[in-house]
Amino acid sequence: MNLSQTLPPVPAAGAGDPVSVQLADRAAADRAAVLRPNTLRSGPDERGRFGPFGGRFVAETLMPLVLELDQAYEAAKRDPAFRAELDHYLKDYVGRPSPLWHASRLGAELGGARIYLKREELNHTGSHKLNNVMGQILLARRMGRTRIVAETGAGSHGVATATVCALFGLKCVIYMGAVDVERQRSNVFRMRLLGAEVHPVTTGAGTLKDAMNDAMRDWVANVADTYFLVGTVAGPHPYPAMVRDFQCVIGEEARVQMQEAEGRLPDVVVAAVGGGSNAMGIFHPFLDDPDVALIGVEAAGRGLDSGAQAASISRGRPGVLHGNRTYLLQDREGQIQEAHSISAGLDYPGIGPEHSWLHEIGRARYVGITDDEALEAFQLCTRTEGIIPALECAHALAHVAKIAPTMGRDQIILMNLSGRGDKDIFTVAEHLGVKM
Amino acid sequence: MSRIAARFAALKAAGRGALIPYLEAGDPDMATAGAILAGMPAAGADLIEIGLPFSDPMADGPTIQAAARRGLRGGATIDRTLEMVAGFRRTDADTPVVLMGYLNPIDSYGPARFCAAAAAAGVDGLIIVDLPPEEADLLEPHAAAHGIDIVRLVAPTTTPERLPLVLAGSSGFIYYVSITGVTGTRTASEAELALALPRLRAATDLPVAIGFGIRTPAQAAAAVRVADAAVVASALIETLAGSLDEGGHAGLDTVRLVLEQVRTIADGMRPGALPLDPAKGSPLETAL
Repeated sequence: MNLSQTLPPVPAAGAGDPVSVQLADRAAADRAAVLRPNTLRSGPDERGRFGPFGGRFVAETLMPLVLELDQAYEAAKRDPAFRAELDHYLKDYVGRPSPLWHASRLGAELGGARIYLKREELNHTGSHKLNNVMGQILLARRMGRTRIVAETGAGSHGVATATVCALFGLKCVIYMGAVDVERQRSNVFRMRLLGAEVHPVTTGAGTLKDAMNDAMRDWVANVADTYFLVGTVAGPHPYPAMVRDFQCVIGEEARVQMQEAEGRLPDVVVAAVGGGSNAMGIFHPFLDDPDVALIGVEAAGRGLDSGAQAASISRGRPGVLHGNRTYLLQDREGQIQEAHSISAGLDYPGIGPEHSWLHEIGRARYVGITDDEALEAFQLCTRTEGIIPALECAHALAHVAKIAPTMGRDQIILMNLSGRGDKDIFTVAEHLGVKM
Repeated sequence: MSRIAARFAALKAAGRGALIPYLEAGDPDMATAGAILAGMPAAGADLIEIGLPFSDPMADGPTIQAAARRGLRGGATIDRTLEMVAGFRRTDADTPVVLMGYLNPIDSYGPARFCAAAAAAGVDGLIIVDLPPEEADLLEPHAAAHGIDIVRLVAPTTTPERLPLVLAGSSGFIYYVSITGVTGTRTASEAELALALPRLRAATDLPVAIGFGIRTPAQAAAAVRVADAAVVASALIETLAGSLDEGGHAGLDTVRLVLEQVRTIADGMRPGALPLDPAKGSPLETAL
């Protein structure tokens, strides 16, 4: 349990005579010594909570499975053989470490801060998703599961999941919103080539939320042999913590690489946030560095106040969905609203619970970027760096483009380039009025 | 004695099991749902379960998902659902009403305020699908303060070690989810129930209801031979859905068809009244 989550703030020493001020200062200092958390990285608590967020809000049928998963993951974490096996696959199959790229042409065009891109799009399957999938698939194998179920939005998580299922010869079932199946059809074809069954989900808006619902329904109906491979830092405990742990390799590498490149840590870390796995992966290793600002970029869709956005923190309020308490887009009756984003991977009305906590304690800041701003940044990065970014991280790029010119040349921005944009060229072409 | 306890005691004295039919609030509109609710006791309902529609009903199959969508379109907010129950209570003081739903609308309403309003409307129990014992402290003190029972789910996956934890906070009755799956899909076999129910019976004195997958009079009759109550939901919703016009509005015979089906199931559950269908052999074999 992180003490800072529950205890009141240290009172400031009041005015008074010098001795009482001194005593008050001492008392405050003593209190602070007790209260000041050694780390912001120790969550969640034993109930799976980050402050008031997280938890395990699932039906009784799933609860024993969630508890079993928690135990299995804790045992795997303690087993050096598990870590060694994961490291082997991360290095020789995923292709880690991923490079840190100084985007100097992009920086020159924008002016201001130096910009570094963590090249997660160079991983096998083209995104950060494989880091988590590789960890969980090894866990699923340890648990003796033979059938893997996953939800996917843009298809990056689905492709990564289908890939490791092919690698290990496991049955793979992917739930994907029908709208996303249409706008990400190249990823659907990839998944099917890899041997996965892809089920288009037509309920609701036919996007990621609905895919998550159906994946959970599949899991509840196939508990004996099925492992539910969640793709983001959300869901019932232990998923948010486990997915974060598997994604932390991004930030851990980037810390070392920043030191090598610049001899210091960055001033700002920027990442796009849908569910929030790539952001959490790069944020978490910097949580205890108070001089490193953390900025999560939510999808503002057609504008934060347009009613068509996916900015759960900027425009939502806390509630319970998909097994955890977190910020959600919901109406006043507590019904979940449909999200909107040009990016299928950000098109989700919730966010991982640890992000909600980082927002509430003020450790990370969350901003919105519109569809149009993301499209512009997509082209900027492509033109200046020769890197076609995923529409998801084009949101982060757009925010970098906003803040870099306001910063000094001696300042550094680290951005997670979490996926490549090949999957998005049809969507971008359509928005640019190009017939393909 | 609570309405739920009184009703189960009366049923036990009469030597028969309870039928708990389900309706979704607002499906397809508040007035029709209210008429179905009002007619259920006379049609043979011993207790009534009312679904509170939620945008993302993760534990439900396609039939109840569709009912929830219609219910939301039909205007079923928490307040309007409680008004419907309060209206029912003006004519029926005895038939227990249990609300089934998901946590977020209740959480959004405020658990304390919700329990107060539900008790005032005449609600007797709550089944909150995504509120396991581990998280139940956010609702249970408020429910207890207002005399509302918390009906917990027990599933085939609930381990013997876990069972006492689940039962410890239960009141009213136990809802045995007879299959691992979503509502309205599969039906548990007699062998599955024969294995599960004694374990549950040995661990609690509370009445046990069986739900998920009970569709026919024979299945309901079989369920109350091993348990105290049978919940019938998707089969009734299918009848309702089939009676709607192209625009999804209630047909002239929507209420009648649903209530007739309740009556058929209730009649089929009474000893000696099993409707035999020679073409399909014994109704028990057909059911199980």
